[in-house]
Amino acid sequence: MKATQGRPFYLIPYYLWIALFVIAPIALIAYFSFFDLSGNFTLDNYKNFFTSVYLQMTLSSFWYAFLITLFSILIAYPTAYWLTKTKHKQLWLLLIIIPSWINLLLKTYAFIGIFGLYGPANNFLETIGIGRLQILFTDFSFIFVAVYIFIPFMILPIFNSLDKLNPALVDASRDLGASPWTTFRRVIFPLTTGGVKSGIQAVFIPALSLFMITRLIAGNKVITLGTAIEQQFLVTQNWGMGSTIAVFLILFMFIIMILTGQKEKGGSANGKTR
Amino acid sequence: MEKLGKPAKVYLALVFIILYAPIFYLIFYSFNSGGTMSSFEGFTLEHYAAVFADTRLIIILMNTLIVALLSALVSTAIGVLGAIGIVFLRNNKMRNAVLSLNNILIVSPDVIIGASFLILFTMVGIKLGFASVLISHIAFSIPIVVIMVLPKLLDMNHSLIDAASDLGASKRDILTRVILPYIKPGIFAGFFLALTYSLDDFAVTFFVTGNGFSTLSVEIYSMARAGITLTINALSALIFVVTMGLVVGYYFFNNRARQSMGTGGPRP
Repeated sequence: MKATQGRPFYLIPYYLWIALFVIAPIALIAYFSFFDLSGNFTLDNYKNFFTSVYLQMTLSSFWYAFLITLFSILIAYPTAYWLTKTKHKQLWLLLIIIPSWINLLLKTYAFIGIFGLYGPANNFLETIGIGRLQILFTDFSFIFVAVYIFIPFMILPIFNSLDKLNPALVDASRDLGASPWTTFRRVIFPLTTGGVKSGIQAVFIPALSLFMITRLIAGNKVITLGTAIEQQFLVTQNWGMGSTIAVFLILFMFIIMILTGQKEKGGSANGKTR
Repeated sequence: MEKLGKPAKVYLALVFIILYAPIFYLIFYSFNSGGTMSSFEGFTLEHYAAVFADTRLIIILMNTLIVALLSALVSTAIGVLGAIGIVFLRNNKMRNAVLSLNNILIVSPDVIIGASFLILFTMVGIKLGFASVLISHIAFSIPIVVIMVLPKLLDMNHSLIDAASDLGASKRDILTRVILPYIKPGIFAGFFLALTYSLDDFAVTFFVTGNGFSTLSVEIYSMARAGITLTINALSALIFVVTMGLVVGYYFFNNRARQSMGTGGPRP
């Protein structure tokens, strides 16, 4: 092990990065959460957070994130399951991932047109006799677009865990007389919860902090934690309150990470391409 | 292998249609002379002409590309060295701690990264603009590179390094002639991902960009808030073509790399 002797000098830039861009920013957020607009030390921001306005916002943010995650799982799981059964599954998977490489803003912008008053969605509704509706700036459009954006990140980990599943287990279950549904419920699903958990991590936390989609698609009707932070930092310029909300968002993030944490260390579980 | 039933095929087809419909919808209306995204009046290329005539937009496009390339290069360099360092950390506790710190920025919501970097840059006194955007992009790309490179490094047989040092290779030789060639696919994957993260980023850039500097995402955001302009559609069609080119190129590169890894081991 000669090569490992001595302090590895090449770790210096990396450690610097950790200190400057991982530890320092979090410390600064925590620090700023104790100051009010005029720079005085205060606990008011925390007091404010526990007033009904912010609690309600937090709750609704969680509710939306929950719905987005739920619909993502419901759509992604069958997709991933059947994808693993296709002939050129890696190619199909690549085709699922490609839309996630198109700029987020462009996809969101497309929905402004699609859900518009004279857009294709409304044209369709009119031809089937429902008539034109206000789709844009509703909860439906917000959740639809968010699920659309996140779906590849849910499919990917589920696909990976399904792909790793030993087919002999499924065969054994069938041979022992289990119905396809029982096999799914008792064998396949329990063995792929790891992928579902990674997917929840990859969807729920970003869903809590969306702000661009709420502005463009939900027309400021939906306020998520992310929207609130953006508002405090860039509009009201109240960094203290913004930091306080950010502190709570970080806390929620850690709680979700612990809840969905996995025993096996899968380094690339959240990677985009694998 | 069992065959897919009809419902499964229909379902998959539906998912694919919904995934791609918005993108093709955008591209389709980029040829519309009508100026809206609802009624197609006639074929025109004027919106493409508008993209290339708009020097401001071209400058923003260049900014975006420069930031993406520079940040991907720098973050790949730092990330690869970091990953090598992590693998050689002998203390397991230390290694896990470093890895957890590494992953914080990956799981952090963009808003948090943006807001905290905004505070950081203001405190340190870095002017918001090109520098702050570039630094933030480097910062959030480093952990991704580490994550992409690490599995390759862990895969590597340690006796390769021992053999090289027994044969008299210097530390530098071991790094450049043994380790780096072996983990090359991981490095390229990391570089490519860093590139796409940078090109795709909106939230972080939105926080740390000043008045004078803008990237494509931020520009599209302000254009979209103002309403529908088919210039964005033309732009998105161009971006789609470039992205597809990159993906196809990457796919073939990766496949070739995998094949060469399979047959001949690492190349000199």
